[in-house]
Amino acid sequence: MCLGIPGEVQSIVAGELRTGRVAFGGVVKEVCLAYVPEAEVGDFVVVHAGFAISRIDREAADRVFAYLDAIGEAER
Amino acid sequence: MRLVDEYRDRDVALRFAAAIRARVRRPWSIMEVCGGQTHAIVRFGIDELLPPELTLIHGPGCPVCVTPVEMLDKATAIAARPGVVFCSFGDMLRVPGSELDLFAVKARGGDVRVVYSPMDALALAERMPAREVVFFAVGFETTAPANAMAVYEARRRGIKNFSILVAHVLVPPALEAILASPACRVNGFLAAGHVCTIMGLDEYRPIAARYRVPIVATGFEPIDILQGIAMCVEQLEDGRAEVENQYERSVRAYGNATAMAMIQEVFEVVPRAWRGFGPIPASGLGLRAEYAEHDAERRFEVTTVTAREDPACQMGLVLQGLVKPPDCPAFGTRCTPEIPLGATMVSSEGACAAYYRYRRLAR
Repeated sequence: MCLGIPGEVQSIVAGELRTGRVAFGGVVKEVCLAYVPEAEVGDFVVVHAGFAISRIDREAADRVFAYLDAIGEAER
Repeated sequence: MRLVDEYRDRDVALRFAAAIRARVRRPWSIMEVCGGQTHAIVRFGIDELLPPELTLIHGPGCPVCVTPVEMLDKATAIAARPGVVFCSFGDMLRVPGSELDLFAVKARGGDVRVVYSPMDALALAERMPAREVVFFAVGFETTAPANAMAVYEARRRGIKNFSILVAHVLVPPALEAILASPACRVNGFLAAGHVCTIMGLDEYRPIAARYRVPIVATGFEPIDILQGIAMCVEQLEDGRAEVENQYERSVRAYGNATAMAMIQEVFEVVPRAWRGFGPIPASGLGLRAEYAEHDAERRFEVTTVTAREDPACQMGLVLQGLVKPPDCPAFGTRCTPEIPLGATMVSSEGACAAYYRYRRLAR
């Protein structure tokens, strides 16, 4: 139910309700962007039930892979 | 797909598993709160990568599963009325009520439709002014902003024939209910990343402190879950009980302020009954008085509600993390996804459905 899918913002329509087109792999959907006022074209957003709920922080996305080094995988 | 595939990398997963094995000294039980996480764990075999000291307990984070029978009975009663178009996320259609599910109502001629977003239901109401369009507003904090926006827009645009049947629930009170139970054996939590994306981390801090449990906001892909487990184990072995954020690419400590403001505008905190738990104070959302005209429970007074559960179903114990699905005598015999006894077998995020789908043949 709380499924959220990351997609790339392709275009934005600023109206009474901010919406835009978001690409998920090859599928493009119309999504409400009212809750991510900071998102711009080219940003990735997490989409749930037709609404973008966050703009993905790309630096934080990469930090996941640095974690193993940080905790000293060498403990092995 | 970008931002999905890299978090499913097998080699990285194995490195995380090795790091966890190297760190664990004592036995710990960690509960993943969200049903989406449960499915990823069972589907990708994450539990089987873990050392024997670690036990994963599946949590109550499936809104479809915890929606009480009386609410399902109200949904089927409303959906069966002439003139009503009843819209729902697909997950809810097969969940058994006392006598019927929404599919059965549809088979008998009810106009029941699956929508992807509550805004689709609102658009239907706008297109069909002579019909009453009702949306079944089920979900946790993640879904509340979407449902709030649909109601807010209905009022703003004067769409009078749109209402929602509200069964919204909140995660932190359920964690407290689990921790307060004498049967509780949870040492740490992986909190649900998309719930935290909306609400932030602050509500978890007093819970972590009071019950001395680490709580790690965690994503949904295998690498996310393994990192969440690693962070939780790190805290447990160090004797810390803090709130940490594994899913920082989506979760900000303060949450999504715009979305929270819309939830506050439309909803207020109310007591709710949880299927499998019973009533939990201040554990749900209901419409504020200003939006009462869009409340389906008021619009369609439903009184004939029987609320009967099948006594053979152990979903309450499953949802509380006290019984694993295959240990239920009805699992895979009397209870299957085709003919489910309980919601945990039918929901795409239910723990019983996960085991049935991915583990039945391995038994």
